[in-house]
Amino acid sequence: MNKLKKIAEKAKKAIKKKAPYGQDININEFEQEVKNLPDSTLHQLSEQEQKTLLETGIELRGGERGGSFFQVDHSVIHYEVAQEGVEILSIEEAMAKYDWLINYWWSALSPDTDKYTAYVALHQKHGYFVRVLPGVKTFFPLQACLFMSQENITQPIHNIIICEEGSELNLITGCAASHRVRTGLHLGISEFFIKKGATCTFTMIHNWAEEMAIRPRTGIIIEEDATFVSNYILLKKVANLQTFPIAYLKKNAKAEFNTILFAPKGAYLDTGTRVFLKEEGAKAEVVSRSITAGGTVIARGHLIGEASGIKAHLECKGLILGERGVIHAIPELEGHVGGVEMSHEAAVGRIAKEQIEYLMARGLSESEATSLIVKGFLRVDIKGLPEELKIELDKVIEATEKDMM
Amino acid sequence: MLYIQNLHVEAGGKEVIKGITLEVKPGEVHCLFGPNGSGKTTLLMSIMGLSGYKIIQGKILFKGQEITSLPVNKRVHLGLGISFQRPPSIPGVKLAQLVNLCKKEDKDTITMAKELNLIEFLERDLNVGFSGGELKRSELLQLWAQSPDLILLDEPESGVDIENIVLIGHIINIILERDGLKVGPQESRVAVKRKRKKSGLIITHTGMILQYVGADKGHVLVDGRIVCSGNPYEIFRFIRERGYEECVRCACMPGGFHE
Repeated sequence: MNKLKKIAEKAKKAIKKKAPYGQDININEFEQEVKNLPDSTLHQLSEQEQKTLLETGIELRGGERGGSFFQVDHSVIHYEVAQEGVEILSIEEAMAKYDWLINYWWSALSPDTDKYTAYVALHQKHGYFVRVLPGVKTFFPLQACLFMSQENITQPIHNIIICEEGSELNLITGCAASHRVRTGLHLGISEFFIKKGATCTFTMIHNWAEEMAIRPRTGIIIEEDATFVSNYILLKKVANLQTFPIAYLKKNAKAEFNTILFAPKGAYLDTGTRVFLKEEGAKAEVVSRSITAGGTVIARGHLIGEASGIKAHLECKGLILGERGVIHAIPELEGHVGGVEMSHEAAVGRIAKEQIEYLMARGLSESEATSLIVKGFLRVDIKGLPEELKIELDKVIEATEKDMM
Repeated sequence: MLYIQNLHVEAGGKEVIKGITLEVKPGEVHCLFGPNGSGKTTLLMSIMGLSGYKIIQGKILFKGQEITSLPVNKRVHLGLGISFQRPPSIPGVKLAQLVNLCKKEDKDTITMAKELNLIEFLERDLNVGFSGGELKRSELLQLWAQSPDLILLDEPESGVDIENIVLIGHIINIILERDGLKVGPQESRVAVKRKRKKSGLIITHTGMILQYVGADKGHVLVDGRIVCSGNPYEIFRFIRERGYEECVRCACMPGGFHE
């Protein structure tokens, strides 16, 4: 209990602390409490809302999923798990069930990081707990859905994901808003603990409402010989997003971050990944692909090598469709000892006329050619991504293609 | 099939094609010879309608229809096809994906890829890291799938080793329908020839491809003009023995234009 008090105190002190990146959001402009409690079943979601969720990789009927968690606004409306050795709970229930969970709470991320972490620490409304027991491998991916159905509310949530030693987790998180919502503020804290020799593939697809502000905060601790793969996809318009997950890699741990972003006019996306390679043999690869059609993308990457024998590579590629739009790649490498191997490559440009005409010489129309090239650009070869996730990813790209053109 | 009338083309701000008239009849294969910079590629690109090649005078007719200002894909739909000398690479787009998009219904991607030893390349990113010979074979695979009525080949043999030239020649003959047409007991060679509908216009700098692909006519391009037309083998032999300098010299002589 003492720890919770300390967290609250820390958070209170930071409640006005601006984040170093991204536009400053006035949290008070959003409703802290919801007016209506959402319907208790998913079946009452409208057809359009169901489609929105499908586009974030969420299977409403739970087919080919090893477990599900659904939160709408401030209510957890459904969770289930279909495999032994895998746990999905609302975070409150998990805290009540496991005394030890307090030791993880705010340990990969500090509550006083900025005003958003502070706000969640003080006003949190649920979130999920996912844990895979030692040596257990998820047969189907698990899915977690965070949905916003009411206008102008905050959604402050806190998730904890634990992969015990030697386990394997494949988790898809779909975050979306109803088509009836225009604006809102989503604040999602996620803390990952990937234990010795475990593997976690985390795919997050965002499909928010146009005028929303999104501030996820993520801390990831990757122990010895463990692997963490993150795929973050945002292809639908959101006004204002800033995210900068931080990962800590121990001995021989591996991390791979793939980010796919689309910024239409009016979108401001400030994204990046910071990786501390703390011990010998750690490896990190950070890849981002951004497309702008009038919006702004800031693609950061910050790799910090603190032990010899680490390897890290950063790749930022941006495509500007049309006349307007900003892509600002900020790759940073920091080597603190001898024997580190770190590199980066960044490129920003437009689609070459030569490529379009080449495809037209095979009979494609100009717009078909452009679409094929754009899809190719976004199709990052993600190593270790299960085939079904690749298909999901392609589906999401297909579904949003029209908006891009 | 193809009729080009007094064509003048500007590329990179200067006139590169300075009045070319050329006809390729159905079933005919023509070869274009000429030193570097003589306008061979520009001519092919103008027939395809690529940007950067501005037609300032003259017209291009294909199957009797004027195509001078049609977009590239519309020309392709009419039955034109090209194998580029240096095709661009397109990351994230698989070779198989494009072949499947552009192929005619009766063509089978796997069968064609097998013939061209390109099976492992089908799932590779289009032209990314392909060697010279692999690029040419990938171009031919796409062209074969498209099965156009007039094929434009821009130096199909450049960067290809001897073994693969034989293969490339064989496939070009198939695309041009010059391989499958055997002379029957009651047929004359003329009758067989008349059955051929596919035409070709082949740029060759070295002339090597002529050993494997039958051509009906040859033209020598010098400084944006056709300076000599005739039997392609004879022209090629002449160029091999005397070089393009002699062509240039010959073209400059009074009465040296045309045969």
